[in-house]
Amino acid sequence: MIPFTYTRAGDAAEAVRLAGRGDVKYIGGGTNLVDLLRETIERPAALVDVTGLSSAIEPRGNGGLLIGAAVRNTALAEHRDVRTRYPVLARAVLAGASGQIRNMATVGGNILQRTRCAYFYDTEGSRCNKRSPGQGCDAIDGFNRTHAILGASSSCVATHPSDMCVALAALGATVHLEGADGARTVPLTDLHRLPADHPEIETVLEPGELITAVELPPLAAAARSTYRKVRDRASYAFALVSVAAALEVDNGRVKEVRLALGGVAHKPWRAWAAETALRDGPATTRAFRAAAQAELAAANPLPDNGFKIELAIRTITAVLGELAGSDA
Amino acid sequence: MVTKDFSIRINGTAVGPPADPRVSLLDLLRETLQLHGTKKGCDQGACGACTVLADGERIVSCLALAVQYVGRNVVTIEGLAGDDELHPLQRAFIEHDGFQCGYCTPGQICSAVGMAAEARRGVPSHVTPDLTVGEVELTHDELRERMSGNLCRCGAHNGIVAAIAETCAGERK
Amino acid sequence: MSNVEDAKQSAMNSPLELAPDSWAPGNGPDPLIQHNGGRIGASVSRVDGGPKVRGAAPFAAEFALDDMVYAALVFSTIAKGRIATLDTTVAEAAPGVVLVMTHRNAPRMRPMPLFGTSEKAAGADSLPIMQDDRVRWNGQAVAVVLAETREQADHAASMIRVTYETEPATTSFEQAKANGTETAHLFGHDVHIEIGDAEAALAAAHVSVDATYRTPYQNHNAIEPHATTVAWHSDELVMHDASQLVGHQAWSLAHIFGIEEEQVRVTAPYVGGAFGGKGLWSHQVLAAAAAKLADRPVRLALSREGVYRLVGGRARTEQRVAIGAGADGRFDAIIHTGTAVSGRDKAAPEAFAFPTQSSYAAGSFQIDVQLAYQDMVTNTTMRAPGEAVGSFAIESAVDEVAVALGMDPIELRIRNEPDNDPITGRPFSSRHLVEAWRAGAERFGWAKRNPTPGTVRDGEWLVGMGCAAATHLYVRQPGGAARITLTSDGNVTVDVAAHDAGMGTATAQGQVIAERLGLEPEQVSFRFADSRMPGLVAALGSSQTVTVGAAVAAAQRVLVAELLKLVGHDSPLAGLTTEQVGVLDGGLAKLDEPARHESYTSILAGAGRDEIAVEASAPPPVEMMNWSMHSYGAMFCEVRVNGVTGETRVSRFLGSMDCGRVLNPKTATSQFRGGIIMGLGLALTEQTHFDERKGRIMNPSLAEYHLPVHMDVPEIDVIWTGIPDPHTPMGARGIGELSITGTGAAIANAIFNATGKRIRDLPITPDKLM
Repeated sequence: MIPFTYTRAGDAAEAVRLAGRGDVKYIGGGTNLVDLLRETIERPAALVDVTGLSSAIEPRGNGGLLIGAAVRNTALAEHRDVRTRYPVLARAVLAGASGQIRNMATVGGNILQRTRCAYFYDTEGSRCNKRSPGQGCDAIDGFNRTHAILGASSSCVATHPSDMCVALAALGATVHLEGADGARTVPLTDLHRLPADHPEIETVLEPGELITAVELPPLAAAARSTYRKVRDRASYAFALVSVAAALEVDNGRVKEVRLALGGVAHKPWRAWAAETALRDGPATTRAFRAAAQAELAAANPLPDNGFKIELAIRTITAVLGELAGSDA
Repeated sequence: MVTKDFSIRINGTAVGPPADPRVSLLDLLRETLQLHGTKKGCDQGACGACTVLADGERIVSCLALAVQYVGRNVVTIEGLAGDDELHPLQRAFIEHDGFQCGYCTPGQICSAVGMAAEARRGVPSHVTPDLTVGEVELTHDELRERMSGNLCRCGAHNGIVAAIAETCAGERK
Repeated sequence: MSNVEDAKQSAMNSPLELAPDSWAPGNGPDPLIQHNGGRIGASVSRVDGGPKVRGAAPFAAEFALDDMVYAALVFSTIAKGRIATLDTTVAEAAPGVVLVMTHRNAPRMRPMPLFGTSEKAAGADSLPIMQDDRVRWNGQAVAVVLAETREQADHAASMIRVTYETEPATTSFEQAKANGTETAHLFGHDVHIEIGDAEAALAAAHVSVDATYRTPYQNHNAIEPHATTVAWHSDELVMHDASQLVGHQAWSLAHIFGIEEEQVRVTAPYVGGAFGGKGLWSHQVLAAAAAKLADRPVRLALSREGVYRLVGGRARTEQRVAIGAGADGRFDAIIHTGTAVSGRDKAAPEAFAFPTQSSYAAGSFQIDVQLAYQDMVTNTTMRAPGEAVGSFAIESAVDEVAVALGMDPIELRIRNEPDNDPITGRPFSSRHLVEAWRAGAERFGWAKRNPTPGTVRDGEWLVGMGCAAATHLYVRQPGGAARITLTSDGNVTVDVAAHDAGMGTATAQGQVIAERLGLEPEQVSFRFADSRMPGLVAALGSSQTVTVGAAVAAAQRVLVAELLKLVGHDSPLAGLTTEQVGVLDGGLAKLDEPARHESYTSILAGAGRDEIAVEASAPPPVEMMNWSMHSYGAMFCEVRVNGVTGETRVSRFLGSMDCGRVLNPKTATSQFRGGIIMGLGLALTEQTHFDERKGRIMNPSLAEYHLPVHMDVPEIDVIWTGIPDPHTPMGARGIGELSITGTGAAIANAIFNATGKRIRDLPITPDKLM
């Protein structure tokens, strides 16, 4: 780690003021940032501790939930409203990391965690456009079994590692931001960027802008929702492919469906094409698989990760089938 | 009058935070305080050997900057039981041979203490079938899933799980 | 009274003879085998359990020395070439930095003496260490920073700028093979055996299988990263290390620094897992060199990445196994050949054909292990080197033969059970694998297995059962020696420069010593892992138990002789020779007149002695020359493979072992489970990603190198035949490595039974089963 100063912010306004527009990183639980500091991938001059921000989970007048950015992952998964009304979110959080890390990691930090691409992490020994723009990408012709199949570019094929974000994408969550120019909200699905020519720019956040909360809209379909994660060992591993889904079936027809994928792209991947294909259509295995195939039609696999296409299709089909249950 | 606490309580003793904010809670314990019971296995949050309890919650101390724990109450393996006693889990680990080399052991034990508290207050896990239930029964699968953040390379997993299961069952009686 | 108590009672009444003074044919078995004093065979908890569960056991990075500084390393990023520029000025000026050591200012040192090239050589390689500007592998240390704090050292290391002149390197397996291979050389022989014309027999066989099996690079990943705390006291070097060969290491360090062996002391009281990886590598030498340069004690604790960069693991292999069998299942031909990657120095070839050399009878054999050299951190021993990955290939192939014949794989194995060693013709010292198969099959419920692949389903999950044989060579090291100190209170201390990195050495030896000397366990203390103690005993080859056991037996003979010299004229033991006496109840007694007994305390008191200390070396391990000696196992596995995702879960596992006498069932069970769990990782999850473009390891991390986690590990059942080996000390053989062998194949064979898919390329990740 290079030397840095440390300040603790009492609230969002103070945090934003402390950060200014300088070379500053906000730190929540530190579960990703401390690692990145140690690897000298992150080299800020100052840290502003934002764990003192809101850690409340409050109902909204419209029936949604407002989740403070400093809510720890465990607290999120533990919250009764999350468990009962948004099980996909609880399950996604519980599929990620370990008990210890979930106790530390905040909602805001989880959203902003960075890729686990091995070449990104190899500060001294490998080329990475995300770490050092313009340097080149050693992953494209290297070990890329865990890399992106959707939305990647010739400059970056990394994936976003969050499980929680996949559920948030499916649920249509909104992210509340606060910066020097005031507050705004951004849909979670628009927060992360695809890599294109600038993989180093991962979100639409402005310098110094801070995540203060995440808002879940009311969503009846979410009561029947789940998260399935496929990984290389039974627990405590990043996803090869993960699926967040909510499904409401009425009379054998899909009334509402929400679908997002993890482990396949530079951002949590909302499966808009599959949702469109499914909505108002038959809730059958055949339809589920066809919709999954439609979503993955745009996939562009690398030498080692072609299996993810079929894995994603199968997992989507199985998850929707499970949610449809006897309604299918 | 409200006084702000600028120290970290470690096993009941107030400790000043490090002057260098880069110092992790783990390095503060091991290098400054000579509390070597908390182990460094990876320094990247991937093995759980450095698990301690912060206000009763298990965390990996390698990814914790010590300065962030000002005002918090940290308990390490050295603080789990009295000087001459063993915590019931420590006894059970010996009885069930829940270790070989002993390096992951303090982390496993601290993790298990925090894990049991999580289950008692109803925190579900990846393998909990019904998310809506209250207190979670620590089945074999629940124990294994919840302890998966603590790696063991010697392969003492069976003994570890048996020791925790026995101790948790004993606490519920 | 129970049978055990009966036996114990009778043991208490008749003296225990001393062990033979040689383990050659013609000598009787160790009298301990027939003796049941209740110590050996007891499920005793570990003697070091208290300190370990309290976090009070000091590991290598936990010795706090006055004025100590912290080391951080810079690793090369090319595989071969030379350092063109090396700018340390910014780092040297950084806060807290004491010095930066590079090839420009490092003390002159000899290369490490390569393990196996002389009696006490410990080096994992024999390359120059920071003596020139050459880069020999990607990840080699090119600079050492010493600073007052860990944070300062790490920060300064990140500011050292190195550029390189790159030279062509061999970093791909295909290129290495194309460059030409060499036959592996092990234990004084080329690993090349031909008996009969195996290719012709294969071609003529009723059924045959002929396939290629591949196993990846793997790393030990002991949870304790390698670490060392070193200090020079003028010309004496003291090193507290995570080591599994302190004696070899002390001599080797003396050789490297040009000092006398007596000037080096290496201790390793607690080692956080070793598995073959904690020998002498460059980091200990660098730490000692930097401490010398700075004239301050140094702690060098490798980061997890540092372990991958500086310490080699298991080499990649590509193996051909071909088996030809008759309609009755008898093997006409076994061919086991192929290539293992090797570093340029070849201390530890991955000799994968080992298991094939003793497992089955066959009409003809062709065995050959070639090494292909790459520019990479040198590979080394990792739990059951050769056997762990070789048994995956041969035991998968045997399963394939069983499928081809439509025969039960256990029956096929039993049908090919050899009478004598199939290669050397030597008799087996003790081989009861068939009993292990029968007992295991019964306990596991093998009869319920559906032999037709892909037919048992539970929802999304396909369920299958598989089995494989385990085998591991018996080794007793020649350097066993022990010191026994008997004090006037009747307590003994035994010192051996052996190791306990979690194997339970101290616990089991304590039991053996108590039994052999006729003492209560609490009267015995076993001290170890200090190079100043007697013995040259590496924790390698599952050999410590018998190596130490033989040394203690030898020292006991000396002790008894000395005690008999001390007895008074009025002693019941007066005039007796060592051949006439045995051990009884805290003392000695005449073998055929147990009433002629005198306690140790009485003998010492009578002689006016506070203590008596003796030291002796074990007789040479000639038993290894006279018999074919191995431990065995029958491994049973049930897997569930997800039909949607290809994820595999091991749902049941049984190891049915034949390993000689088990000294401590509790710790032995743990050892067996540990090997099985590492085998589970070998089968399903573990792989070091070696990027062949640059020769660089890309997952030097416990997050990305997947060890099995708790959720991957089922309850593992372990049983054993318990039949003592009549030709070994205590009737015991090695158990530490045995159970990783066979496990990979048992899992792969179960996956075949579940899915009909034969995966010959480890690890068996979900994508391979989709």
